[in-house]
Amino acid sequence: MHSLPSGPPVATPPSLRTLFFRFMEVGLSGFGGVLPFARRMLVEQRAWLTEHEFAEMLSLGQFLPGPNIVNVAVMVGRKFHGVRGSFAAVGGLMLMPMAIVMTLGALYAQFAELAVVRNTMGGVAAAASGLVLAMGFKMARAIRTRPVAIGVAAVAFAAIAFARLPLIWVLGVMAPVAVALAWWKRL
Amino acid sequence: MPTALFELTLQFLTLSLLSFGGAAAALPDIHRRVVDVHGWMTNSEFTQMFALSQAAPGPNVLVVCLIGWKVAGVLGGIVAMTAMCAPSSVLTYVVAHASDRFREAPLRVAIQNGLVPVTVGLIVASGYVLTVNTDHGVPAYVVTLLSLAVLVFTRVHPLWVLGAGGIVGMLGLLAH
Repeated sequence: MHSLPSGPPVATPPSLRTLFFRFMEVGLSGFGGVLPFARRMLVEQRAWLTEHEFAEMLSLGQFLPGPNIVNVAVMVGRKFHGVRGSFAAVGGLMLMPMAIVMTLGALYAQFAELAVVRNTMGGVAAAASGLVLAMGFKMARAIRTRPVAIGVAAVAFAAIAFARLPLIWVLGVMAPVAVALAWWKRL
Repeated sequence: MPTALFELTLQFLTLSLLSFGGAAAALPDIHRRVVDVHGWMTNSEFTQMFALSQAAPGPNVLVVCLIGWKVAGVLGGIVAMTAMCAPSSVLTYVVAHASDRFREAPLRVAIQNGLVPVTVGLIVASGYVLTVNTDHGVPAYVVTLLSLAVLVFTRVHPLWVLGAGGIVGMLGLLAH
């Protein structure tokens, strides 16, 4: 019932402490992307946001630079407790994963001389490259029927992958061109 | 502040505002700055850091924390991550505050639609850069392509794919 798309959220607003710990759970539940878990917690389990509010926050979070999930956490925290809420949500989200990833790094450094550890990480790395490629290809489905958009994506790809141009130049040229194309409905 | 910490802060403060499409889209530029420009780590160390960050729970921006850690220890990890998130978070906060007024504005719609294909290109480029820097030999490319195919065409959880890659590697099938 909490996932009904209309109407105001039925839950009472969370305290700073609750924000912190619920976002901590979200941060710990996903591997290589936690947005689906954030949606489940915010919309379905806690009803802090309606489906529509979540979609809006997500689209704004994706539209702005920065990690999408961090941007969503900033907006959710802000909605309930302003600046302090944003700190609680982002802090809860990042604290444990940061501790865990640095611990993993230290463990890996400790055992990297072992061939079996190096080999295992080589396999994980090869699979992880496929993971990023898959993310790109899945997103590409959204533009697959639009030749101009595919062209824009291809130029951005070549500029980074083959020409190895700095991101700031690529965005500095391509973002205005792409936005102009979208503005004139040519994309 | 020690030079490395200062440089880390500077690099990730600027990357924060350039990472349209999230950390994954900025990965080639992070690689360029960390490996090519500053020489903080080798190619293979960079891809190992990325693989480790994917094998840990949390958002994929965690690779930034691990890079900072590699360069300057725990403090480096915290500093890099904070720098990566702070400018974009401040921007998000301010824009969210004002957003109700221009949610339907044609310019915002155009910006959003225009940036989508750019982001797609950047993320596929990230995958490409990671692949060519990680994979040495045909078996590794096969693992990458298989994981790509499984993730695109099935709903298998990514962690299983990473685990399968790890097992293939552990068995020494990718050694060269």
